[in-house]
Amino acid sequence: MNNQRRTVLKSGSGAALLGMLAAAGIITPGMALADWNKAAFDAKSMADTLKALGAGSPADSKDVQVTGPDIAENGAVVPVGVASSLLNVTMVAILIEKNPNALAASFVLPEGTEANVQTRVKMGQTSNIYALVKSDGKFFMATKEIKVTLGGCGG
Amino acid sequence: MIRRLMKTLVGAAILAAFAGSVAAQDSKVADELAKYREALADGNPADLFEVKGEGLWLEKRGPKNASLEQCDLGQGPGKLEGAYAALPKYFKDTNKVMDVESRLVHCMVTLQGFTQAEVTKQWYSKPGKDSDIEALVTFVGAKSNGMKINVPATHPEEAKMAKMGEYIFYRRSGPQDFSCSICHGQDGKRIRLQDLGNLTTKAGAGEAMRTWPSYRVSQGTVWTMQRRLIDCMRQARWPEPNYLADSIIALETYLQKTATGTVMETPGIKR
Amino acid sequence: MGNPMKIRAANKDGVTEVKVLVSHEMETGQRKDSAGAIVPAWFITELTAKHGDKVVLSSEFGPSVSKNPYLAFKFKGGAKGDKITVSWKDNKGDTRSDEAAIN
Repeated sequence: MNNQRRTVLKSGSGAALLGMLAAAGIITPGMALADWNKAAFDAKSMADTLKALGAGSPADSKDVQVTGPDIAENGAVVPVGVASSLLNVTMVAILIEKNPNALAASFVLPEGTEANVQTRVKMGQTSNIYALVKSDGKFFMATKEIKVTLGGCGG
Repeated sequence: MIRRLMKTLVGAAILAAFAGSVAAQDSKVADELAKYREALADGNPADLFEVKGEGLWLEKRGPKNASLEQCDLGQGPGKLEGAYAALPKYFKDTNKVMDVESRLVHCMVTLQGFTQAEVTKQWYSKPGKDSDIEALVTFVGAKSNGMKINVPATHPEEAKMAKMGEYIFYRRSGPQDFSCSICHGQDGKRIRLQDLGNLTTKAGAGEAMRTWPSYRVSQGTVWTMQRRLIDCMRQARWPEPNYLADSIIALETYLQKTATGTVMETPGIKR
Repeated sequence: MGNPMKIRAANKDGVTEVKVLVSHEMETGQRKDSAGAIVPAWFITELTAKHGDKVVLSSEFGPSVSKNPYLAFKFKGGAKGDKITVSWKDNKGDTRSDEAAIN
């Protein structure tokens, strides 16, 4: 992979390079878009993800809630939510500590949108889920463990 | 002697406490699982299949460039309300007891001019390859939401199918000598965290049948009753019947007959 | 292009709650097919919700958002009949946009 990357880097630049990377299947066109935070979604550990989000080491806050069941019957679909009573929340994110890439989703909340977002995520295994909230420019966090069971047969 | 008695008493107390905590833990797990299922119920991805199914029902398709609007699912051409809840049913035009899936396939063949092979090739979806049948069944099923399952199996052909279904349900077979009734013939059984319904009672069969078709979160798609039952056979290590096989329709007839009177709540969402 | 989304929006006491279901495979890029080959990643990267012309939520997704993604959020304002537009784009450059009226 490293070798391949080096070869590609040597042989092109700019749009040509992007095109070649896309052709080689190393990146897909969507990934080349500037606005999607690739660094944050590619980060593996919690610490690296927080760094890529510019969150540093956020303080734990009782005013941030992670909602979700204690047990999920299937890790493919785990309902989770983030809510906060903090003021001027401009961003929330959901991180799953033990997933291959911790960041699941992030949301920018314009003024008037409540700090209350629910979605569903995949979990490879039982893990802590972190809710990250940016309020008045500062980052806060809360956590909850969700156990993932491997179901039996049927349904 | 007294010491021995004490030991026994203490032992019994510990045992009782242990049993108590296991039971408490069990009910806590059950509560949490109920919470999980509830959280999924609002926003069931099966709704997406329903919308797609409606489109497929109305769209002019196939060599005959026709929609399915004239399809008769047992209540008359184009009548969808309550149709799913009353299937399987005997149809005079084919002289067969048909379930929702075999009847939809029949309509796609006769009205739209597709071949049976074309229509059933993708009878269930694979990643990236959606199944039209799943969408159509979800759409038709939802038109019976809130209605009672109504398969009295009074027509002699229906009665015969229900009887055959019952026979299959109890018949032990395959390398594990399994029958449906081994897992689904008693109350209060479960495999790991999954409760196993007693399908021989109206309550058990009703609970099982009323939520189909259902979105399976583990599969990321809607399962039809055909798929559910064919996969049951696979899990019981039986040879898998073909799609739309009479044996599956017979089992459906037996289960729907047992569940008759139960109010439908479909599409469902399951593990 | 994809299949249609399902968007529900309801206003209660001056707050509009929006619930969105999106039809998308959300392939992680970590799964192998039956032949043992990695199934390439294919997932929604961005999803935006608008009330009229005003953006009320912009989201970025990774591949660990579940297949057929679900999203619920609330914003202040909105009136019966107002238009909510939700659009997404995925890592293959595919996009889709759907609308619903607030109830």
